[in-house]
Amino acid sequence: MLVSFTILLLFQCVGEGIVYVLNLPIPGPVAGMLLLFGALLAAPALQRRIETDANELLRHLSLLFVPAGVGIVAAASSGSGHWLALLAGMIGSTVLTLAVTALVLRAASPKGPDA
Amino acid sequence: MLELAELRSFWVYLSASPLLGLTVTLCAYAVAQAIYTRCRFSPLANPVAIAIALVCGVLWLSGMSYERYFAGAQFVHFLLGPATVALAVPLVRQLPRLRQALGPLSLALVCGSATAIASAVCITVAFGGTAELARSIGPKSATTPIAMAVSERLGGLPSLTAVMVIGTGIFGAVTARFLFGWMKIASHEVRGFALGVASHGIGTARAFQVSAEMGAFAGLGMGLNGVLTALLAPWLIPLVLRWLGV
Repeated sequence: MLVSFTILLLFQCVGEGIVYVLNLPIPGPVAGMLLLFGALLAAPALQRRIETDANELLRHLSLLFVPAGVGIVAAASSGSGHWLALLAGMIGSTVLTLAVTALVLRAASPKGPDA
Repeated sequence: MLELAELRSFWVYLSASPLLGLTVTLCAYAVAQAIYTRCRFSPLANPVAIAIALVCGVLWLSGMSYERYFAGAQFVHFLLGPATVALAVPLVRQLPRLRQALGPLSLALVCGSATAIASAVCITVAFGGTAELARSIGPKSATTPIAMAVSERLGGLPSLTAVMVIGTGIFGAVTARFLFGWMKIASHEVRGFALGVASHGIGTARAFQVSAEMGAFAGLGMGLNGVLTALLAPWLIPLVLRWLGV
């Protein structure tokens, strides 16, 4: 666990560093994910080393959104008077995005057994 | 017998340490997981939403400030970074299918990302929202730090953007299964990718609860849409606003 966690943190650090130096518009951890993806392709032994722990961490991904979510809900009480417009935009756009992404992907995929 | 005054001073002592915020977070998550299991993993019992509601309830009842709560909860919050990095692991597992679907995935990503941004702006304006609100909601499908940065650069309200991002995540995670069922989309690849593109990390968390395969594709959709939104939104949002004449 400790070794895997250290590896993940190292990749996050390098990701943060690259984003900072190159002034990229993406968060450090996303850059770290792309770097780790490349590293795993180059060294399959690394995959075996961290696979179990990484999956364990991802199994509880829901938990990690709770602290930020609480802060946002706490802040939302002081919102503007345009909740109808915001709610409509959020709901309508999310449904459209889910539908468009899924339909395009299905239409563009070569017909498989579950397509 | 413990006197009320003693109890109060113990509370003051406890709530000053990070221990309490951390414990409240983990307990709320455990209760949310139990409810989610009891509801047979129905997306309506979204554990993120339930846990957030429970913690808010505790804060409201106890009068604990968010700052004090976060002093403990930040240890959990911090793990979002390494967890995002860890998304590379299931992704590598799905590499053969990923290679096969590279073209379709790229096309779906571009269409989905543009839809997320443009439709959010159009619908918000159509329901009477101002240009500032439209700028705040435009990047809502991207992960929080990207969405807030885009919103800030365009003259939106970053704190409002954060609210919209979390709302989008929870709403997508709750409704995706019903929508896909109605649309007769069964493939875990397709469902996962769309969830990640539309509802970022919270959608991805939901996808991992269904299957590792769906989670891998959701993680991919989330990561790619984060990058694409950062590139696309700064010119697409002003373009749509000009087209709408706002």
